[in-house]
Amino acid sequence: MIIATNISKQFGKLKALDHVSTTCSKGECIALIGPNGSGKTTFIKSILGMVVPDSGTIEFKGKNIRNQWQYRDEIGYMPQIGRYPDNMTIGQVLDMMTDIRNKKTALDDDLIQAFSLHNLLDKRMRTLSGGTRQKISAALAFLFDPAVLILDEPTAGLDPVSSELLKEKIIAEKEKGKLVLITSHVLSELDDLVTRIIYMQDGKLLFQKSIEDLKQDTGENKLSKAIAWVMTNE
Amino acid sequence: MTKIIKYVIADILRNRMVLVYTLFLLASSFTVFSLEDNSSKGLLSLLNIILIVVPLVSLIFSTIYVYNSAEFVELLVSQPLKRKSIWLSLFSGLAASLSIAFLIGAGIPLLIYQANMIGFTMIMVGIMLSIIFVSIALLATVNTRDKAKGIGVAVMLWLYFSLLFDGFVLFLLFQFADYPLEKPMIAVSALNPIDLSRILILLQLDVSAMMGYTGAVFKDFFGTSTGLIFSVTILFLWIALPVWFSTRQFNTKDL
Amino acid sequence: MGGRAEVKHCLFILSLFFCYATSAKTIHVGSSHPYKTVTAGLEAALAGDTVLVDAGHYKEKNLVINKRIFLIGINYPVLDGEKKYEIISIMADAVVVDGFKIIGSGISSLQDLSGIKIYDSKKVIVKNNILEDTFFGIYTQNGVDCTIENNRLISSSKGEQQNGNGIHCWKSEGMRIIGNQVTGHRDGIYLEFVTNSIIWRNTSIKNVRYGLHFMFSNDDTYVANVFSNNGSGVSVMFSQRIKMLSNYFEENWGDAAYGILLKEISDGYMEGNHFRKNTSAIYMEGANRILMKRNTFENNGWALKIQASCMDVVLEQNNFVGNTFDVGTNGSLVLNRFTNNYWDKYEGYDLDKDKIGDIPYRPVSMFSMIVEKYPTAMILFRTFITALLDKTEKILPSLTPENLKDTAPLMKKAF
Repeated sequence: MIIATNISKQFGKLKALDHVSTTCSKGECIALIGPNGSGKTTFIKSILGMVVPDSGTIEFKGKNIRNQWQYRDEIGYMPQIGRYPDNMTIGQVLDMMTDIRNKKTALDDDLIQAFSLHNLLDKRMRTLSGGTRQKISAALAFLFDPAVLILDEPTAGLDPVSSELLKEKIIAEKEKGKLVLITSHVLSELDDLVTRIIYMQDGKLLFQKSIEDLKQDTGENKLSKAIAWVMTNE
Repeated sequence: MTKIIKYVIADILRNRMVLVYTLFLLASSFTVFSLEDNSSKGLLSLLNIILIVVPLVSLIFSTIYVYNSAEFVELLVSQPLKRKSIWLSLFSGLAASLSIAFLIGAGIPLLIYQANMIGFTMIMVGIMLSIIFVSIALLATVNTRDKAKGIGVAVMLWLYFSLLFDGFVLFLLFQFADYPLEKPMIAVSALNPIDLSRILILLQLDVSAMMGYTGAVFKDFFGTSTGLIFSVTILFLWIALPVWFSTRQFNTKDL
Repeated sequence: MGGRAEVKHCLFILSLFFCYATSAKTIHVGSSHPYKTVTAGLEAALAGDTVLVDAGHYKEKNLVINKRIFLIGINYPVLDGEKKYEIISIMADAVVVDGFKIIGSGISSLQDLSGIKIYDSKKVIVKNNILEDTFFGIYTQNGVDCTIENNRLISSSKGEQQNGNGIHCWKSEGMRIIGNQVTGHRDGIYLEFVTNSIIWRNTSIKNVRYGLHFMFSNDDTYVANVFSNNGSGVSVMFSQRIKMLSNYFEENWGDAAYGILLKEISDGYMEGNHFRKNTSAIYMEGANRILMKRNTFENNGWALKIQASCMDVVLEQNNFVGNTFDVGTNGSLVLNRFTNNYWDKYEGYDLDKDKIGDIPYRPVSMFSMIVEKYPTAMILFRTFITALLDKTEKILPSLTPENLKDTAPLMKKAF
């Protein structure tokens, strides 16, 4: 579904992406992991067209995304920090996004219900806590039933209950055959979620392995331990 | 695109700063008109507001607004929307809101006290300046990532257009007093939208003095329909060019 | 003997009187009368006769009136000069020309061809005529006590060479020029060596050069005239003891255009005049002992341009309102006096409540001095930087003349 070929991006002296290539297909749930500043977010933003790579191509369903925008119709994106116009209410933001997306099919408001956001529709964005904003970001990402979900640190700032609700939703969507891309550096919560790991460091894609391969190779059951094993042995 | 404009305008109109700006304009316009015993003195005070305050507020407000909506813009960019339409919506929204603020704040008093060519010119010029400086602000912000630096750049730009440029022109005038400078001056005035606007108003306000020899050169140029078309075209270019450049840059900007 | 001579003398006078009384007849000219042409009518008339001319179109080349005749038109008969001739030449005293439409005189700058020309005559009256496209309109040379009243003069030709003056007087005295309207001529009213005359209620607008132009004309009075939209306004040179009362000087625009230009004038008096929307309302050069009182200066580029060559000019109780610049000058020597004027730009205060500002007003701004020197700087008028310059100058005067000031400016309009 998404094919990235040799993409590189430089911010000043910093090499944010260094010849990264990967292929993501339907039904996968891919975890992008790596230390802070390893290029995960830049990679995601490249896919979303928010960052334009210096070289290399990204194809979405066989089409180069350069200067394209329609393809984003099939992506739900949850940013690391969701910020919305201060003076708008939650209801207005939801209406606005619905208006922009202009989706003909039914909306998926599972998360709105799950997070009880429908009780807060009149609250202004300015008054909300970071956690509530995260919930809105999550709800918006899933709202339009997109084929691809890109979640940047989805559970950061969420309380454990909400975090759990979100994870359930992710699993459900994955089961429906969607492609899910998650960045995180909290490995523990990815355990029962992901099908593949992409490990990045200093802008380079160090390795990518399916979760089965990883567990088999390392003999570890826990993701964090498996990664640690890889880091020391490879 | 109209959808986004709608939301940008709705957002800005809810911003307290725009309300304060509108009320400030309204209060100062009514004050100058009711305090001065003849309306021409009121017009002069209002002229200063239009030439100094309007560009300043347009620049600073737009700059801050764009920086503050960085995340919102990011959100929009991740949506199936053309970057061009996002940027242009941002521009249109800012331009429309500040124009409306000016229209209410200064336009209404002008229409009440000066419903003539002078008043009309002032309203038109004020709106043009509002939009021009939104456009310039967008160009400044797209080039500067840091908010503090961006606001600094905006203040410098304002200082340049409203003070330094004229000082420079005055200096040139003194240096080259022996040469016929009238025609070059017309060209120079095109390099500063505030100057161009001021001349358009002066031709209405101080028409008698502008009819002096040198003034007549300006009047003969700016006062004719060719000159008017020239000035309006230049003012539109001052809107279009910065918008065009900033849109191009925004298209490839990394967020 | 003496007695008889006296009787004889008396009889002579009586018979003369009788003769006059009976011979003063009226001659009709027109298609339905015996006299078909004005020339024929004039020839037939004797001194003291009236020649009545019916409406019609008369092409009579040059009409010479050398007798004391009342030439009166009925319903504006047209006298057509066919662009070749001087139309009426008056060469006798006390002639009256009334009620004609006089069109198309010849054009000759050598002979100053005119619609009506008065040569060396006294007490001539020219009134109620319409003159269209005459080279000169009504021309007087060596006239004494003549009246030019209620005429309308319109010229549509362009350029100073093709165009003479509307009402032109040369070496005349005791003239009364009243209620005329002059448009489109070179100078609307032109006086040279004209003394003891009154110019009253005339309207001189849209003339190519000056609305009113006079030189070497002393002891004249100008009352309630309107001079507007003339190429260069009004010009007054080398004249003495001129009185100008309640005239309007309006919309005279251009670098060399003045509401009124006063050059080498002395002992003048100006009161109650209105100056509105002129590039320079008054330009004074070499003017001495002029008193200006209760005049209104409104919305002019410069209300007053006073050169350093002026002396003892006194301005009091004038209103200065909405002028771009109040006073401009070229030097720092000031021998003139400003007092008790109202200046709308005055920012002083009146703590003792005597309606007179407590600090003097300086009507010359820094920027007006700059513009005087560098005219192009006008393009920077009302910029932030020039406003700053003006403010600095107000606090620390350096360029503007120190004693050009109104020491007792009024807080409210003078009238």
